[in-house]
Amino acid sequence: MHKSIVTAALLLLVPAFAAVAWAQDASGIDSGDTAWLLVSTALVMLMTPGLALFYGGMVRRKNVLGTLMQSFIMIALIGLQWILWGYSLAFGPDHWGLIGGLEWAGLVALDLTAASDYAPTVPHLAFMMFQGMFAIITPALITGAFAERMKFSAFLVFSLLWATFVYDPLAHWVWGGGWLSDFGAMDFAGGLVVHISSGLGALAAALVIGGRRGRGMPTMTPHNLPMTILGAALLWFGWFGFNAGSALTAGSLAALAFVATNTATCAAALTWIMCDWLFQGKPTVLGAATGAIAGLVAITPAAGFVGPLSAIAIGIGAGVFCYLAVAVIKPRLGYDDSLDVFGVHGVGGIWGALATGLFASTLANPDGTDGLFFGNAAQFGTQVVSVLVAVTYAFVVTFVLLKIVDRVIGLRVSKDEEILGLDISQHRESGYTILD
Amino acid sequence: MKLIVAIIQPERLESVMDALDGEGVHLRTVTNALGVGRQKGHTEVYRGVREAVNLLKKVRIEVAVNEEFVDKVIDAVVKGARTGNIGDGKIFVLDLPECVRIRTGERGVDAIG
Repeated sequence: MHKSIVTAALLLLVPAFAAVAWAQDASGIDSGDTAWLLVSTALVMLMTPGLALFYGGMVRRKNVLGTLMQSFIMIALIGLQWILWGYSLAFGPDHWGLIGGLEWAGLVALDLTAASDYAPTVPHLAFMMFQGMFAIITPALITGAFAERMKFSAFLVFSLLWATFVYDPLAHWVWGGGWLSDFGAMDFAGGLVVHISSGLGALAAALVIGGRRGRGMPTMTPHNLPMTILGAALLWFGWFGFNAGSALTAGSLAALAFVATNTATCAAALTWIMCDWLFQGKPTVLGAATGAIAGLVAITPAAGFVGPLSAIAIGIGAGVFCYLAVAVIKPRLGYDDSLDVFGVHGVGGIWGALATGLFASTLANPDGTDGLFFGNAAQFGTQVVSVLVAVTYAFVVTFVLLKIVDRVIGLRVSKDEEILGLDISQHRESGYTILD
Repeated sequence: MKLIVAIIQPERLESVMDALDGEGVHLRTVTNALGVGRQKGHTEVYRGVREAVNLLKKVRIEVAVNEEFVDKVIDAVVKGARTGNIGDGKIFVLDLPECVRIRTGERGVDAIG
């Protein structure tokens, strides 16, 4: 009896050994890496609905659906744009270091079973879809800047143009073999490509579209902070796919990025509520959520290059700098970046990209580079130049795109529609009922 | 003593409150309300099915005042709430036989302000 159980157990192990033997097949595709990248892709996908909830809770009741929709529909819109031409522009064959060609448009010319040069141990399609989720969430981040007042039609057109003319070129420069990667810019998971681009795009958007009606009135406060906390938690969760997935392998680099991501986020959330406590008297829940997002943003470019203690320093910096941007600088300058996209993603992204040039260490990642604090001042200079390039490009091109869309379609809903709310005026629905 | 009840457009609340403050009337009760007047409702669509919504969101303001403040309150509400469009709302003025301040037990005109 005993013997037969042992035999059965041994037999069960046989396919397991066979699987190990087949983990890396002739094409170089590794099943462990592929599994992790597919899971990471799904994690990053979940960030966009998480962002929808994060933003949705901060607006007024009458705009909750319109705000959720602006993030949610990006999954559909950019999900198609990415397949049809976005991936090809960002990662297709390089032209002059500036842009990918349209050779891979529609993915027709791709070998769907092989790996790519970008990630030699996973199928090209898995890499393509993982990057696609980044392309989806980035324009969704901007929506916080023009919350509660943008016309849905204009928003769709703007987002499509923005993905094509801002995101895709920047992604190409940094990750697709373009000139910034040749220049030596370090951006592990998207400080330049995702956060500086969306943050500066958001600043341009807030300036072009103008402030909301009734700003500063008591009825402008967030309508459902529990929704915002849920959204922040989903973002934190999905960010493990964003950063640790950017290792593109399921090994020690992914673990390093995972730990750095969580550690910086913890530090930033605590730092933010300490600032709240110090300057406003109470540690706020919205502050904890916002601080966490600031930490996630700042560690994004550095995640695969820094150790845990450096991550704490980056998180503390994110808490302080983003708090100052949101609570001190914005009120003085008076622009209505409604949900603080510039303050969190722009400022956090700039800090993170610069901090990568300070804290990067080959002790943490032997394949990376040392930063200023580890004896390589040149890398900090490279980061400064890269930040200036990304800031300028994102701001200027977004500004121009918005002016064009404003001229052709009109960016802003009418006064009556704004008073009525986006839910009824843009979607003819209500998020909530008043009577049971 | 009178109880003044005003039904106004939600987005006019801020300007009505400012106008009341301007007349020196600081005590008020505000509630969300649904209502329909001569204004047409609107339609909403859920999964392709059109639903008529004929109760619209309104805000109800109640102010209890002594006689000398009645016209001031009415003027303030009209000034703050009027847009000239249909749906601006209504003001009702009711006699108020009694008023009690719970904290002190005061009654009548002394309790109201």
